[in-house]
Amino acid sequence: MATETDTREIHIPANLLDELDRYIGDLKIDLNSERRKGYLIQILHKAQSLFGFLPEPLQIIISQKLNISHAEISGVISFYNYFTATPKGRYRISVCMGTACFVKGGEKLLEEFEKFLEIKAGEVTPDGKYSIDALRCIGACGLAPVVMINDKIYGNVTVKQVGDIIEDCLLMEAEA
Amino acid sequence: MIEQVRIVLRNSGLINPEDIDDYISVRGYEALVKCLTESSPEDIIQTVKASGLRGRGGGGFPTGIKWEVTAASESDEKFVICNADEGDPGAFMDRAVLEGDPHSVMEAMTIAGYCIGSSKGIIYIRAEYPLAIERLNTAIAQSYEYGFLGENIFGTDFSFDIELKFGAGAFVCGEETSLIKSVEGKRGEPVVKPPYPAESGLWGKPTLVNNVETYANISPIILNGAQWFRSFGDEKSPGTKVFALAGKVNKVGLVEVPMGTTLRQVIFEVGGGIKNGKEFKAVQTGGPSGGCITSENLDTPITYDNLKAIDSMMGSGGMIVLDEDDCMVNVAKFYLEFSLDESCGKCTPCRIGNTRLWEMLDDITKGRADDNTMEKLEVLCNTIKKSALCGLGQASPNPVLSTMKYFRDEYLEHINDKKCRAGVCKALIDYAINPDKCIGCTLCARNCPVMCIHGEPKKTHVIDQDKCIKCGSCLSSCKFGAVYYS
Repeated sequence: MATETDTREIHIPANLLDELDRYIGDLKIDLNSERRKGYLIQILHKAQSLFGFLPEPLQIIISQKLNISHAEISGVISFYNYFTATPKGRYRISVCMGTACFVKGGEKLLEEFEKFLEIKAGEVTPDGKYSIDALRCIGACGLAPVVMINDKIYGNVTVKQVGDIIEDCLLMEAEA
Repeated sequence: MIEQVRIVLRNSGLINPEDIDDYISVRGYEALVKCLTESSPEDIIQTVKASGLRGRGGGGFPTGIKWEVTAASESDEKFVICNADEGDPGAFMDRAVLEGDPHSVMEAMTIAGYCIGSSKGIIYIRAEYPLAIERLNTAIAQSYEYGFLGENIFGTDFSFDIELKFGAGAFVCGEETSLIKSVEGKRGEPVVKPPYPAESGLWGKPTLVNNVETYANISPIILNGAQWFRSFGDEKSPGTKVFALAGKVNKVGLVEVPMGTTLRQVIFEVGGGIKNGKEFKAVQTGGPSGGCITSENLDTPITYDNLKAIDSMMGSGGMIVLDEDDCMVNVAKFYLEFSLDESCGKCTPCRIGNTRLWEMLDDITKGRADDNTMEKLEVLCNTIKKSALCGLGQASPNPVLSTMKYFRDEYLEHINDKKCRAGVCKALIDYAINPDKCIGCTLCARNCPVMCIHGEPKKTHVIDQDKCIKCGSCLSSCKFGAVYYS
């Protein structure tokens, strides 16, 4: 069960928590019904879009709100690739490793990003700026190989463009 | 030249998917009106049965029979689910339909609801398709506004609602029992069938699960009749099939052709042949559960049964073309890695068997395999096929088995001669510079990330094999074709 210290270790912004509260409230979930669990995945999606990841204290909050055990929620999060309990970089680099991208050199792109940023797939750079992930097909096979930076898609990417793409991130950062 | 026939993609790209009036102007919702006001559920099911439509998600189960069985299940509540969890890597047919013609799927789900006696529809869609989700939300809102969804549709006593549920990146959730678990907010682990979802599905109630493309066929069948639908394709596989043509082919994209079209027609006529004048090696269909088809079988007419007979399968419609630069052992390893990654871990054959299988393939690509590796591979593949719990596990050795059968010499070359003819398996190749062709331009040396190419300008360069990391940048940078691998 949750302890007080858990929630204090990672800071959860109150305004975002309010927004999540409102979202859950609008769903008008019957907490006594078995079917309340049907809302879990969409709530986790909402939470991850708000907070960027699903840290344990947040899982516990959701568990209390939905009356679903923390163990069950943790099990769901670990099952689905989309959910992450650890933070990602501000720029999430996702290299598509679907078949079409794979045969068109997706693997080489992934290696190049890893070499460039000196981290492996699944890791975050120490400054928290970049993270790299291998992704399973986003259905843009006509543009293979594809790289996604946050929600922006780059198609027909070559190894030589890897540096340019990182530069794009730097520009985005400068604008923000 | 083979003609494409657009039934599923009849409206995609031609109408504005965000405007319901556009859909109505192309006979949209006419089939629903006809069903609700003129036909009984039994009549419609008979029409769907007579059309011979088979599940387009890959299984090929007759759609009409699925509807009939679900309709016959007695219950106070039933569900209609649309499987839009298109997880097969290299396939994007469903995305195109949902983004280009969302109403066609919703109309068919409503008809299905009327037929089986359900008032609740759920579209289970991958979170990786944000545009499709947005378009579906718009379409659903417009349908409620027009009274095509909600209470007492067209003044009848039939009511139907549709809501979206999101996947979260799990391939196995394309399997219907896993999908249902996921809709219930649980880990998407498959359960043993029977009972089938038609008897006990979502929340234990009878549930009809059909794929996006299957639904997209329904309205045209209702409007034009079963015989019309049967005029396309062949006796056992009527209608058309949409394929996502990708990989080393000139024209990539979606192709809709009548069943029975040959693979050669799809790849060479519609797809315009192999990119960069390279040689065709194989076409992979059926994704991680399918197999590789070689040039000797290119004239096979595409039907559910024919593809099975040549050790592949229809699958959802992904069609990846491979050329001479692709190593078949590596392709098999890629698919296995996918299945391994997506294995839910519930049963041993899939969780541990596939891991051992992957290790053996890895040994082959790294030149560590011994003489009896082939035999061991085969035994383990067949054991997994027979003993895994669900479709994902049972089908996961398929890419290995099919490449072992059709590209045996390539496997043996890796194992015995430590050679990879496609130059993909790094451990088995050495890069070298042909002194006759090298003019000493220094480009390769400047591109080499580990600076292991030596030589003075205008003189032959040499690669230091001890330092070489086999990245291939010298090969791709040389403008004189002097770099080669052996």
